[in-house]
Amino acid sequence: MNRIDQLFQNKRERILNVYFTAGYPQLNDTVSIIENLEKSGADMIEIGIPFSDPVADGPTIQESNGVALANGMTLKVLFDQLKDIRRKVDLPIVMMGYINPIIQFGVERFCQECESIGIDGLILPDLPMQEYLETYKPLFEKHGLYNIFLITPQTSEVRIRDIDANSNGFIYMVSSTSTTGAKADISEDQSAYFERVKQMNLKNPTLIGFGISNAKTFDKACQNANGAIIGSAFIKAINTSQNLSGRIGQFVTSIISETRSS
Amino acid sequence: MKVKVDDRGYYGNFGGAYIPEMLYPNVEELRQNYEAILAEPEFQKQFNRLLKDYVGRPTPLYLANRLSEKYGAKIYLKREDLCHTGAHKVNNTVGQILLAQRLGKKKIIAETGAGQHGVATATVCALMGVECIVYMGEVDMARQKPNVERMRILGTEVRPAKSGSRTLKDATNEAMRHWINNPTDTHYIIGSVVGPHPYPEMVARFQSVISKEMKSQLQSEIGRENPDYVIACVGGGSNAAGAFYHYYDQEEVQLVAVEAAGKGNNTGQSAATTTLGRPGVLHGSKTILMQTDDGQVVEPYSISAGLDYPGIGPVHAHLFETGRARFLSATDDEAMEAGIALSKLEGIIPAIESAHAFAALDQLEFKTEDVVVINLSGRGDKDLDTYIQWGKY
Repeated sequence: MNRIDQLFQNKRERILNVYFTAGYPQLNDTVSIIENLEKSGADMIEIGIPFSDPVADGPTIQESNGVALANGMTLKVLFDQLKDIRRKVDLPIVMMGYINPIIQFGVERFCQECESIGIDGLILPDLPMQEYLETYKPLFEKHGLYNIFLITPQTSEVRIRDIDANSNGFIYMVSSTSTTGAKADISEDQSAYFERVKQMNLKNPTLIGFGISNAKTFDKACQNANGAIIGSAFIKAINTSQNLSGRIGQFVTSIISETRSS
Repeated sequence: MKVKVDDRGYYGNFGGAYIPEMLYPNVEELRQNYEAILAEPEFQKQFNRLLKDYVGRPTPLYLANRLSEKYGAKIYLKREDLCHTGAHKVNNTVGQILLAQRLGKKKIIAETGAGQHGVATATVCALMGVECIVYMGEVDMARQKPNVERMRILGTEVRPAKSGSRTLKDATNEAMRHWINNPTDTHYIIGSVVGPHPYPEMVARFQSVISKEMKSQLQSEIGRENPDYVIACVGGGSNAAGAFYHYYDQEEVQLVAVEAAGKGNNTGQSAATTTLGRPGVLHGSKTILMQTDDGQVVEPYSISAGLDYPGIGPVHAHLFETGRARFLSATDDEAMEAGIALSKLEGIIPAIESAHAFAALDQLEFKTEDVVVINLSGRGDKDLDTYIQWGKY
């Protein structure tokens, strides 16, 4: 069974998925970040494959992509680093990245590497659904990789149904019409959108991402979905490699300790 | 061979709409509506009237006698340099502003490299009284100061793109991010035949007035619509797409696209995408792209800020792959020399982008009866500093 399904089978709420950019803050931090995230209580990990032109990302993740590339991160280096990761951690791991580096690596070869390492799913924001269905789906399925789609407050009900029908694992609910990055709070409009999606009773679980940065926004997201995804705020928290384990522990604890404030 | 975009936005193997879900509703809205809007008689009337009275169309097709003598062929210049704002870019911005109004959009954003598309966008936004923000790489803002001020005079806010290499590709990234953050009231006027479907085809259609006029002008000038050659420079490729459009399927017309070779294609400082690139995905479409082995987009170089884009429009990738167009490249030096030569022979100082098309004349062999049309896409006023610095005139 795919580890993502296993996770949602065992735990239906307050799932914490943490994103980090591979190769940031330093080239060889990847394995240590993953181990520390699991140890600290994260439920799932999203490894960002750095790209020169990350259009869906805000300033924090853009910068981490730039640093990671300057550090020498490539898919080949990343797969080397992850070779033995399944001897170390059990939590589901998804890879997030823009499609071009994957095309250049070779889509089939990429899928083979992912499978042999034990990657569970992929989030490829600029891969359109139609291309996925026509070209990529058979390959992803052959290698046991779930393709995670995004929905936004602008996504129509018909399209959400379509995405739900073609999704595995979970649906990534983008919290607002924005690029990635921390916002102050979650607005009334967003709450209405969360409610609207909840009423649709989708077959897939949902995780809310974009703008989730602290215990308060995490709690709010968890009231409206099975959990949340945190990226930019985590990147900010680990802007140096010094005491990575302490920083990660502190960050995860600060998020998942229930505040009961809202 | 038929050059035609299919339902999914592909020209052969290139095109599509590789966009994040956040942009899907905007792009889909455009895709579903643009053809119907363009077909409206009222739209066509308004568009054609603005092209005539505001842009100054039709632009002349001028028989360049001394240039013809030098190269031993009959060489015509399609004078897009005489368009209002100094380049062909305005053909597209006039079309898109009318489209944006019909879609009920209140605000406009655009990206610009050298500033020509930015100025053309700022111009039509002033004309229509619409709020406008243009993203421009911080590096380009310093290099193209007069165009920055032109936009500001026209009432546009110029926002520096400070990410990545701080040039055209990053300005495009920033404009896309702005659109993600402002999806309902804003239209994004892309300036070239790039981006997700339907942009490449839509921009090409607005620019296709160039080849439409060429046909009727050649008919009355030489008694036939088709020349033997059409030559145009290619960065993203909007002027070339406009000049080639009505000739795509006329195989007897040789289409010649000229890319910028910068300091030479072996120097690492070039923008000749079809020579140095390979298939990849950037800014919403699959095309030919300059990139590292690892799929990171490479920053191109050309003396001409309008040609240093790391990709080309998907239609050009298709024309290249199928061999329908011949792709040449001209170095900085070759382009500058061709620009000076045109100035001295014909009294026309071309934009350095357009000068690349003229440099290709040295690489082609003509028969004396050959009819050649060069798309003179812009005038050189904006490039005076570069001409002065180059010095050899």
